Amino acid sequence: MTVHLRSLLIGTALSLCLAGGALAQTVLHRGNNADPESLDPHKTSTVSEANILRDLFMGLTMHDAKASLIPGAAESWSVSEDGTVYTFKLRPGALWSDGSPVTASDFVYGWQRVVNPETAAEYAYMLSPIANAEAITAGEAAPDTLGVRAIDDLTLEVTLNATTPYFLEMLTHQATYPVQRANVEAFGADFAKPGNLVSNGAYTLASFVPNDRITLVKNPNFYDAANVAIDEVNFYPTEDRSTAIKRFEAGELDMNDDLPSEQLADIKAKFGDQVKIGPYLGTYYYLFKIPSEPWTDAQLRRAISMAIDRDFLAEKVWQGTMLPAYSFVPPGIEGYEAAAADYAEMSQIDREDAAIAILAELGYGPENPLPMEIRFNTSENHTNTAVAIQEQLKPLGIEVTMINTDAPTHWSFLEQHGDFDVARAGWIADYKDPENFLALCKSEAGNNYSEYANPAYDALLAQAAASADPAARMELLSQAEALGVAQDHCVVPLMFYSYRAVVSDKVKGWEPNVMDIHPTRFLSK
Amino acid sequence: MARYVLKRLLTAIPTLFLIVSISFFLMRIAPGGPFNQEKGLAPAIMANLEQVYHLDKPLWQQYLFYLGNLLQGDFGPSYTRPGFAVAELFRAGLPISIQLGASALVLALVLGGALGIVAALNQNRAVDYAVIAAATAGSTIPTFVVAPIYQLVFALGLSLVPVAGWNDGAFPNRIGPVVVLMLPQLAVVARLMRGSMIESLRSHHIRTARAMGLSDYSVVIRHALRGALLPVISYAGPAAAALLTGSIIVETIFAIPGIGRYFVEAALSRDYTIVMGTVVVVAIFTILFNLIVDVLYAVVDPRVRYD
Repeated sequence: MTVHLRSLLIGTALSLCLAGGALAQTVLHRGNNADPESLDPHKTSTVSEANILRDLFMGLTMHDAKASLIPGAAESWSVSEDGTVYTFKLRPGALWSDGSPVTASDFVYGWQRVVNPETAAEYAYMLSPIANAEAITAGEAAPDTLGVRAIDDLTLEVTLNATTPYFLEMLTHQATYPVQRANVEAFGADFAKPGNLVSNGAYTLASFVPNDRITLVKNPNFYDAANVAIDEVNFYPTEDRSTAIKRFEAGELDMNDDLPSEQLADIKAKFGDQVKIGPYLGTYYYLFKIPSEPWTDAQLRRAISMAIDRDFLAEKVWQGTMLPAYSFVPPGIEGYEAAAADYAEMSQIDREDAAIAILAELGYGPENPLPMEIRFNTSENHTNTAVAIQEQLKPLGIEVTMINTDAPTHWSFLEQHGDFDVARAGWIADYKDPENFLALCKSEAGNNYSEYANPAYDALLAQAAASADPAARMELLSQAEALGVAQDHCVVPLMFYSYRAVVSDKVKGWEPNVMDIHPTRFLSK
Repeated sequence: MARYVLKRLLTAIPTLFLIVSISFFLMRIAPGGPFNQEKGLAPAIMANLEQVYHLDKPLWQQYLFYLGNLLQGDFGPSYTRPGFAVAELFRAGLPISIQLGASALVLALVLGGALGIVAALNQNRAVDYAVIAAATAGSTIPTFVVAPIYQLVFALGLSLVPVAGWNDGAFPNRIGPVVVLMLPQLAVVARLMRGSMIESLRSHHIRTARAMGLSDYSVVIRHALRGALLPVISYAGPAAAALLTGSIIVETIFAIPGIGRYFVEAALSRDYTIVMGTVVVVAIFTILFNLIVDVLYAVVDPRVRYD
C-alpha cells in the first residue's frame, strides 16, 4: 500500500512538473545486447547487467565517462602505510532512492551478503582481497568476521589480507555495490523487482519486462541529480544484431552494443562516425594442454604460435573488429608496458621460416606431420578462426583437426581438465589491471586450463603483489608476462577484442574507453 | 462423448509423467551444467551455487524433488536467471506467444482455407496456378528470410511499422510477427484445402446434391467443405500447439518477449528448470490439441463416433 501511495505521489508530482514546466522528458533508448539474469547486483556477472546496474547503483568508487577512477559513494579515502587498511569517508547527505541515508553499515551488510555462501554470488571473488572473505565463501568462517566495519555512519574501514593495488578498481564492480538491508529483508529474493528495488545510483528501476525492456527513471535523490541530463533510459535486449542495426537506423534505438560484423563494411558506409570500434580490455586466445606430450615442449608451442597469421585473423576472419595480439594483457592500462613476444616485430614470412626451422629440429615437417586437435565452443566466428589456422599451419606439417561443442560442454571440459591438444578461451577484464589477466597462468589458478606451472612465474606475481611502488609493481608484472606468456606460451594470445557499437549523433557525452563503460548519467541527448 | 474426453484427459497424466521423466534424465546426460561459462567459477563458489539449487544431491533425489514441486505447480527457480522463477518467466512470456500464435493460426485457417477453396473451384486455371505457386513459395521460403525482408520493406523502406520490439503489444508491433508466423501455415492450409476440396467435390454425395439442383453455394459450403475439412483439422492440431508456444526465430528477429526463445536458449545454457518447463508446456498443448482434433472429427464428420 505504501509503495503504491508513494509511486502515485511521485507520478502525480512528475506529471505536475511536466504540465507546469513544459519540460519534455529526455528519453534514451539503449540496445544492451542481452537481457539481465537478475538486477540483484550481487547475483550478476555479465557486461549487459553491469551496464544497467551502473546506472542504478553506486559503489564506493566508480568510473567516469572515460573509465577513469573517480569517487563514488565514498567522497575520499586513505590507505594505511602497509596498504592493507582502507578508510573510506562516505559522501555526507547521500540518499537511497527511498530517501533514507546511505551509511557505512549498508556496505558492511552488502559485502557480508556477497561473501555469504547462502547468497552463492558468482562474483564473490571481487571481495576476495578482504580479510576472511575467502574463508567465509568456503563456509569456514561466519559472515560477520569479514574485514569490514562501520566506524560511524560515514566511515568505513576495510582490512585486506595483503596490499592490493587494484582494490579501488575492483570496487567499481557491481558485486561490491551496497544493497539496503531493510529492502532485502522486506522483499527477500524479490527485492530487485520493479516497485521494490531501492538503489543509490543516478536512476531507479521503473519497470522490467523480461526479454523486452527495462525502464529506469532519474533518481531525484541522487547527489548529482542536477547534472543528469537523461530523464528516462530504456535498455533493450538486442540479441539479434541484424535487427538491432535496423532498429538503430529506424530511430527506435539511440545506441546499441555490438554490431553484425559480417555487415561491417555496409554499416560503416551508412553510419560513418556513428560506428564506434576501438580497443577493449579483452583477449581471445588459444592454450595448449601443457602437461601432455608433445605440448610440454615450450619450443613447439612457440613455433606454432609464431606461424599463426594474426593479421589475417583480425582483418579477414573478424572483419577488422579484432586487433592482432602478441601479448596477453591488452594495451590501455596506464603505467603497464605489455611484454610482447619477440616475433611480434618480425614479418609473417620470417616467422613461418623460423617456425619451420624449430619444427624441423624437433623432427616435424610435411613428411612427419604432427596431428593437433583444436577444441572450441560452437560459434561461426570460432569455426572460421580455427579453419584459418588449420590452413596456415598445414604447410608446416601440422595437421589440424577440430572439435566444437556447445558452451557448457566446452567450459566444463576445460574446468575438469579433460584431455585435449589446443583449446580456445577468452578473457574480458573485470577490473583494469594486468594482474586480472596474468593470474590466469598462476599454478593452480581456477581458470588456468593449460595447467602451466612455473614457480618462477608465481614468484614474480607474488613479488608484484607485495610491491608498494606502483611503477616497480608494473615492471614485475611485465617480467612475469615476458616469462610466462612471451617465452613459455602458457597461453597463445591471438587477438584483442574491440568494443563495437553504434551511437547516434544525437547522443552526446559518449567517450571511447577500453572498459567500454558508458554510464547514462554522463550522456545527454 | 464426455466420457471419451474424460478418458483421454486421464490418460494424459501418465503420458505427461513419462515425458517429464524421460526429459529430466535425458537432459542430464548432456555434459556441463548451468554454471559452466567462459569465466570459470572458483570451486567454493561453484559448490555454493550447487548447494543453493540442490544440484549437489544425487540425481534421483533431484528428480523426486522436482516432481514433488511440479505436482504443486512449482516449476522451480531459473538457474541462469537467478532473478526469476520459471513460472514467472512463463507468466510474462506465454500470453504473448499465445496471442501472436493464435492470431497467426486463425488468419492462416481463414485465408488459407478460402484460397484453397477458390483454387479447387478453379482447378487447372490461372487462379489455381497462382495459388499453388504462392503456397509453394510460402512454405519453402524460410521465416528467417521473410522476416528481415518485411523489416527492410515495411519498416525501413516505407516507415509503416516499427522494425521490432513488443511495445506493450501495440498493434503495429504485432503485424510483422503475426504475418511471418502465418505465411508458412497459410501456404500449407491452402494446399491441403485445395487437395481435399477437389476430392470432396468429386464424391458421390456432392454429385447427388448437384443432381438435386442445390445452389453452388450450398453444395460447396454446406456439403463439400465439411468433408474437405478433415485433413485441415488434422494438420491444424499439432500446428496450433507449435504456434501457440512461440517461435525462436520470429521472437528473436522481432525482439518479442515470448517463450519460443527458451526452447533453444535454455537447452544451450543447461537451464534445466526452464527446459523442463518448456517440455511440460509443449506437452500439455500437444495433448490438448490432439484431443480437440479428435473431438472436431466427430463434430465435422457424422461417421466418426466415439461412444
